[in-house]
Amino acid sequence: MIIHVAWRNIWRNPTRSLVVILAMVVGMFAGIFMVSFAKGMMKERLNRGIETEVSHIQIHHPKFREADELKYQIKDVFQKIKDIEQIEGVNGVSPRIVIQAMVASAETGSGVKLIGTDPDREKTVSNLYTYIKKGKWFEGISRNPVVIGQKLADKLSVHVRSKIVLTFQDDEGNITSGAFRIAGIYQTVNTSFDETHVYVRFDDLDQLAALPQGAAQEIAVHLSSQKYLNQVKNKLSDMYPNLEVLTWKKLNPEFGYINDVYDYYLYVFIIIILLALGFGIVNTILMAVLERVKELGMLMAIGMKKGRIFRMIMWESVMMSIIGGTLGVGIGLLVTIWTNHTGISFDSYKTGFEALGYGTTVHPIIDWGITINVMVLVFVTGIVAAVYPALKALKLNPAEALRTE
Amino acid sequence: MSIITIKDLHKVYDGTQVEVHAVNGVTLNIEEGEFSALVGPSGSGKTTLMNMLGGLDRPTSGQVMINGTDLSQLKDSELIDFRLHHIGFVFQSYNLIPVLTALENVEFIMHLQGIPSAERYARAKELLEAVGLGDRLNSRPGQLSGGQQQRVAVARALASKPRYVLADEPTANLDSHSTENLLDIMEELNRKENITFVFSTHDARVVKKAHRVIVLEDGKVISDEVRKKEVVNGPNE
Repeated sequence: MIIHVAWRNIWRNPTRSLVVILAMVVGMFAGIFMVSFAKGMMKERLNRGIETEVSHIQIHHPKFREADELKYQIKDVFQKIKDIEQIEGVNGVSPRIVIQAMVASAETGSGVKLIGTDPDREKTVSNLYTYIKKGKWFEGISRNPVVIGQKLADKLSVHVRSKIVLTFQDDEGNITSGAFRIAGIYQTVNTSFDETHVYVRFDDLDQLAALPQGAAQEIAVHLSSQKYLNQVKNKLSDMYPNLEVLTWKKLNPEFGYINDVYDYYLYVFIIIILLALGFGIVNTILMAVLERVKELGMLMAIGMKKGRIFRMIMWESVMMSIIGGTLGVGIGLLVTIWTNHTGISFDSYKTGFEALGYGTTVHPIIDWGITINVMVLVFVTGIVAAVYPALKALKLNPAEALRTE
Repeated sequence: MSIITIKDLHKVYDGTQVEVHAVNGVTLNIEEGEFSALVGPSGSGKTTLMNMLGGLDRPTSGQVMINGTDLSQLKDSELIDFRLHHIGFVFQSYNLIPVLTALENVEFIMHLQGIPSAERYARAKELLEAVGLGDRLNSRPGQLSGGQQQRVAVARALASKPRYVLADEPTANLDSHSTENLLDIMEELNRKENITFVFSTHDARVVKKAHRVIVLEDGKVISDEVRKKEVVNGPNE
């Protein structure tokens, strides 16, 4: 019955209560949609990062990433690949020779990361081949084919079948060059990636760089699902104690950062919104209490204990918060589902988005963990906001309160 | 048998300049089944005395015993419980809960007592029928006249089955017809159920019906007149 009375109390001044509830709806909608939007953007960036750029796990010589020199090699890569393929959850493994190189066209030159890979195996660890816009993924050119990004092609003023020269230091420390012909030009949404990553065939680079038989700098491992990440990583660490096995979270700190730390930012935003709304509730409940001094005095006089009065006022606040919060979160989720389906296009900001590696169409996604926590926070806000007005009510002396007009 | 015993009751308020002796050495016994009026001009200490009789305020010195319980010995929360179970209140301005219907207002106090809902409903309905509001069970206070609201308040005061009812100027806001009607109802309850009523009032119509009239002035009892019921109810009065 206390809850029943509290509910009716909310509707004594419907306009005032509706304003608070509406503020809650708008605030929570904004909060939830912002979370979904950010999550959608992050997930796309993350997926693209994993699927196109780094793959799930990479194996290197422990010093390779630090020094980035050709001499830090993994031996017997082909045997290792065969072994890794047997692990549960692994659906693709590819060897990569990685060399810092200079690329030059007739026009100009540029520093790039030169990657020698097995074109077929590479397809199992990266979907880069699906981004080929011109030409083909290592097809159509029989001798020294190369695949470069659109941004680099623009910079070098080259196109499919153009010749470029790649220059780097080989395993023995000699400067060596090779002429390659462009087989394909890819274009991802990450323009800085496109500008700096050049792909050639493993065997071509292997010879040119004078690497020992079966040596490479990197093994990329792609998993059938994220859930195998730690399991496979641990297994690989056990298998190759002398090599460095890293997941995408460590390989690209930015991704790990996005994944873990961004949640905290979102919570900070939500808490700020709730704090502002909380003050609105405090104000409303306080007014409701001050308007009812006489009635509260009567309730105390006829025998309503302070604990019950406290709870009644709490319920008023909590119910308003929950109505507003639930509606806001509900609308937020519906809009998320809808925009997830349609996508939100930012074509007019294409350049900026792509420079940062983000796609221009965002598909917001629901994060249930955050949504549930937000609902809990809404409930807590309702309780916390009512404490001050409720304590104020408890301080009333029934005899005095009854005499107020 | 005395239901209320007051011994040398004092209440002193600390004013900014001087101390105010609102109640100054009152000693009274109120017998079970009385229908008494506490009369006096404004500032005579009526309200202060009523508050102490109802356990809403604590005396500076002296004792209030209700049915053998010394109110000054009770802690605040015990006092609230005592009020809930032993005292019915009727206020000058009705003081119903505006968001609840007549029925719910009467039920509410029984809810506080922890009475199961079916029993609550039956008793609230019975009480409202007894005060002539059987057809207005689901009306909210705003939809009722002053007299009707005060009858709901009487029903509410009786819902908790108190030993006595304190009514603070219950007719002050009522017209003569409603006053008459309300007094008849209360008198009947007094007679049939032997419920003790104590009114504070300066309404002559109430005074006329009372079986005992206690007059206060400057915080002291200056007269205490007991009449016989037969005289009050007699055809010539």
